[in-house]
Amino acid sequence: MPVDARVEVDTHCPYCALQCGMVVRDERAEATVAPREFPTNRGGLCQKGWTSASLLTTPGRLTTPLLRERRGAPLRPVGWAEALDHVALRLRELRERLGPDAVGVFGGGGLTNEKAYLLGKFARLALGTSKIDYNGRFCMSSAAAAGIKAFGVDRGLPFPVADLAEADAILLVGANVAETMPPFMRHVRPAADKGGLIVVDPRRTPTAEAAALHLQPAPGTDLALALGMLHAVVADGLLDHRYIAERTTGFDEVWRIAAAWWPERVERVTGVPAADQRAAVALLGQARNAYVLTARGTEQHASGVATVSAWINLCLALGLCGRSGSGFGCLTGQGNGQGGREHGQKADQLPGYRKIDDPAARAHVAGVWGVSVDELPGPGPSAYELLDSLGTPDGPKALLVFGSNLAVSAPRAGHVAERLESLELLVTADFVLSETAAVADVVFPVTQWAEEDGTMTNLEGRILLRSRAVTPPIGVRSDLDVLQGLAIRLGQPTHRFPTDAATVFAELGRASAGGPADYSGISYDRLRAGEALHWPVPAADHPGTPRLFLNGFGHPDGLARFQVVDHVGPAEPPDPEFPLHATTGRVLQHYQSGAQTRRVPELTEASPEAFVEVHPDTAQRFDVHDGQWATVTSRRGSVRARVRCVQTIRPDTVFLPFHFPGAQRANLLTNPALDPTSRMPEFKVCAVRLGAA
Amino acid sequence: MRITIIGYGMAGARLADNLRGSGASITVIGAEKHPAYNRILLSNVVAGSMTPDDVLLHSPEWARDNGIALRLGVAATSIHPADHSVVLSDGSTVDYDALVLATGSNPWIPPTDGLLEPDGRPAQGVVAFRNLEDCHQIVGMAKDFAPVAVLGGGLLGLEAARGLAGRGCPVTVVHPVGHLMERQLDPAGGHVLARVLRPKGIEFRLGQLATKYLPGKGLLLDDGSMVAADLVVVSAGARPETALAEAAGLAVDRGVVVDDRLRASAPDVYAIGDCATHPGTVGGLVQPAWDQAAVLARLLTGADARYRGTPVVTRLKTRDVDLASMGEVHVEPHTSDAEVVRLEDPSRGRYTKIVLRDDRVTGAIVLGAPDVAAAVTQLHDRGTPAPADRMALLLGRAMPSGGEVDPATLPASTLICRCNTVDKGRLVGAWRAGARSFDALVSTTMAGTGCGGCRDTVCALSRWLAEQDPVTEPEKLGCHTT
Repeated sequence: MPVDARVEVDTHCPYCALQCGMVVRDERAEATVAPREFPTNRGGLCQKGWTSASLLTTPGRLTTPLLRERRGAPLRPVGWAEALDHVALRLRELRERLGPDAVGVFGGGGLTNEKAYLLGKFARLALGTSKIDYNGRFCMSSAAAAGIKAFGVDRGLPFPVADLAEADAILLVGANVAETMPPFMRHVRPAADKGGLIVVDPRRTPTAEAAALHLQPAPGTDLALALGMLHAVVADGLLDHRYIAERTTGFDEVWRIAAAWWPERVERVTGVPAADQRAAVALLGQARNAYVLTARGTEQHASGVATVSAWINLCLALGLCGRSGSGFGCLTGQGNGQGGREHGQKADQLPGYRKIDDPAARAHVAGVWGVSVDELPGPGPSAYELLDSLGTPDGPKALLVFGSNLAVSAPRAGHVAERLESLELLVTADFVLSETAAVADVVFPVTQWAEEDGTMTNLEGRILLRSRAVTPPIGVRSDLDVLQGLAIRLGQPTHRFPTDAATVFAELGRASAGGPADYSGISYDRLRAGEALHWPVPAADHPGTPRLFLNGFGHPDGLARFQVVDHVGPAEPPDPEFPLHATTGRVLQHYQSGAQTRRVPELTEASPEAFVEVHPDTAQRFDVHDGQWATVTSRRGSVRARVRCVQTIRPDTVFLPFHFPGAQRANLLTNPALDPTSRMPEFKVCAVRLGAA
Repeated sequence: MRITIIGYGMAGARLADNLRGSGASITVIGAEKHPAYNRILLSNVVAGSMTPDDVLLHSPEWARDNGIALRLGVAATSIHPADHSVVLSDGSTVDYDALVLATGSNPWIPPTDGLLEPDGRPAQGVVAFRNLEDCHQIVGMAKDFAPVAVLGGGLLGLEAARGLAGRGCPVTVVHPVGHLMERQLDPAGGHVLARVLRPKGIEFRLGQLATKYLPGKGLLLDDGSMVAADLVVVSAGARPETALAEAAGLAVDRGVVVDDRLRASAPDVYAIGDCATHPGTVGGLVQPAWDQAAVLARLLTGADARYRGTPVVTRLKTRDVDLASMGEVHVEPHTSDAEVVRLEDPSRGRYTKIVLRDDRVTGAIVLGAPDVAAAVTQLHDRGTPAPADRMALLLGRAMPSGGEVDPATLPASTLICRCNTVDKGRLVGAWRAGARSFDALVSTTMAGTGCGGCRDTVCALSRWLAEQDPVTEPEKLGCHTT
């Protein structure tokens, strides 16, 4: 039944964490979208947003469950009951044979809060497994860990994004927002117009083009750069002594490290001129209002947590954090990258951003779930470790994947594909046949953004309601239905796995009550009424918390913690055999693994295939030619990509976008060296060589 | 494993840091009474931008926190490699399994009449610029804007001169060679550097020797002229401190001779930093000392490692003068086996000279071009081929990047709106199809609806289209930008 014809529904874009406000019009069986005035996008949309309605009618939309009897057999359409029965039977059999940890679960940062929450509950209760993690581990985990260490709480932006418009200076580190979240540029343009935008990136990206100052470090050397800038803060008299004394601890030890990184020494390691380091610090230090914002470029490293900590140290030294009009933030990538890391699909977490090994947290959540504490498993392995163990003697033999396209997006993707093949059972829930779904044994066809109700938490910690705007195709069910269907078959009571999003959200609120990310005061009614609710919202009459830390940081003493960190460099430095750095990232037209955007004609026309950006001098050195195919090879694999000769990249570095499948998968190259704290893989730098295809 | 380190300066402190947590029992002997400090930063103390506390390498609790036996204010008086022991000035003895000499170097005082008292100590008003005590003295004496003479126009002398001039002291640098920093600069580079420094309140007496120091008056030079100075800062070079090694019969050639494993000529004795002589390594710089400390820490903890020298890059560390020098800088232009590219722009204080062999940078002087310095240093350190366009390398990012966009001359394929992949051709096409206003162009093509950054360009384009197309009156375009 169509939703009332010509009805407009206010909603948000299906892609990134900016969650641009848009309206969906369902007219004569064809939906269209248009931007609307909303604080994050201020009426703007990028090409992905404008064309997002075509996802709703994309050819190849899955409308029936698919199942293959055995490996190598083709996927064939089956009924829902058959698919659910099959999966439940196999899961029960595996559990009886090998124990609950024989089944793993992999979630995603694009899932709504309700789905993420129920997925975590499903894993812990219906499966009893500890082996659940999600693709946010590959996204935000380093920034999250660093934020918790320094501030006691991790919320990507602890202030509304609109505050940025008042800044005199903004330092963007490893963030190419002009391509990854274009309307965000509206927030940084006032600072850019005042000559106060500084961008740190090994490439001269469109974002860097807009900056007064572009610092272009060698990949993997950001930590040294942050130390050099901290040194310059002290040497140039910009240290905020009073702030450090009143609101922080641990500066002295941090300075002993930074003292050894004078800008000229840092220049030698990073390639960033000492004079530019000082100029950047002067812009930040002399600004009335200033922000430091990080993103994946500086976070996706085996030293990612330490690197983000170093940027936070810089921000604290300048006295910027926890003040109205200034601050530190990280730019969340995935649509629900923020909410997705708060409600229990992470290996070490329970809802409300609680630690799964905290007895009080366990008791609270067990109480809400109506189970005994002993029934909750403990922490499990992180995403890459989970994937790496699939099909091994101690690893899971079955994996359920929701909202992730691992075959393209995981590091060392060739190896991960082998691990997936070694499973006895791979189950995915998706709305198209992604590269991962294509190799699954069972595929559940699920609803997508405009076809269902659900909440998202955007990059500024604001909870948004995405309301159902169009009727889903016949045969398609919500992920919540899939979880309930499986849970019942695994012996769970029906009421424990509701399928109504508002009901799930209310339970999520109770489970999160008292935790750092407290949603207990939020209801669908408040969201429908248009209230701007940033967590924590601990009571129904609480107005939300747009700006955290103004009256103190999240640690018990209210002080921010400087973190003692030193430069370590990339896990895999270039050598004669693999003499170049490779770094990866996004293009404007595509999102994540491209599973959605590669199905939108306008987007594939503009960006059809993998390319490799190469400096002309480097192209000459390796005898590859602009416009021709080249092979990029690391210790882990080879990728085919078309050469783009550009002056905007360092001669020692090549860049590849990671949206393309098969032999064009940039992640065939990437290094799964993991950060010791966040378990983030080193996506952003590995050693490669370049040759003609 | 008992490791004893003699010397608690840049090299010794670094080695102790690198050995932390290795399980070795570490003793550090430091003759001065305070924690180790970072000598590189002393010019900041002279300039007043850092306090003496800021330059300490370790906190007072460092030794206790790390389980290190730190003996401060005690000197080693002799070493006994045969017994594996060290005798200290308090009469005690320390036994070791491995001994590391990190005794650094001492300032060299030129034989100018009057600089030293008969007992060998500096005369009243004379300070060597070497340690933290010297800094205290310089800072104490430099108040009241007293005139200062700096004896020595090398790297450290110029950093001190710059710091003192920044405090408002009239400074004169007396240098016996005809140009500054003659080890790191050729005459042309030295002259441009002097030209840069003069307006900052520093005078130069080049190619002249100081013959006599007259306390309270200043320095008498060999041409009979007088440089007025209440304070003379001596920065004329340093000599490795090798007394212990020589007395113990170790091989010394300027410094304690070491091999690629940093081994001196007696078993289980090593030397690092300024007191050591490693073939092919230039002394007096911190990077070799730290590289040596890293290699030695690995060797002493059972790993295999070799020290094979450190490419030397000298940077003048002052805020408003950017100078880098590396490798072979004295190669003449038009040499048959090397390529020399030069750019001399004295009025703007810029000088660049790059020496290449087989397409690799083997030496360079870069003054007044910070981004060139950064790029050339990386090419030099890594030995990667230099860009074929040498002129671009010399100029760095100084190339202009174009001014206003002229919509008339843009090719049709020029991307106007990146956010929505709209090129000029599509905008022109939309106009011709009837979208004859700014708003119509935007709503038809979506150009300008993403980040909004191209709205000015779309506006200019619509004006240009309106001029071509008399159907539309310019005032009806509705051009407005956000």
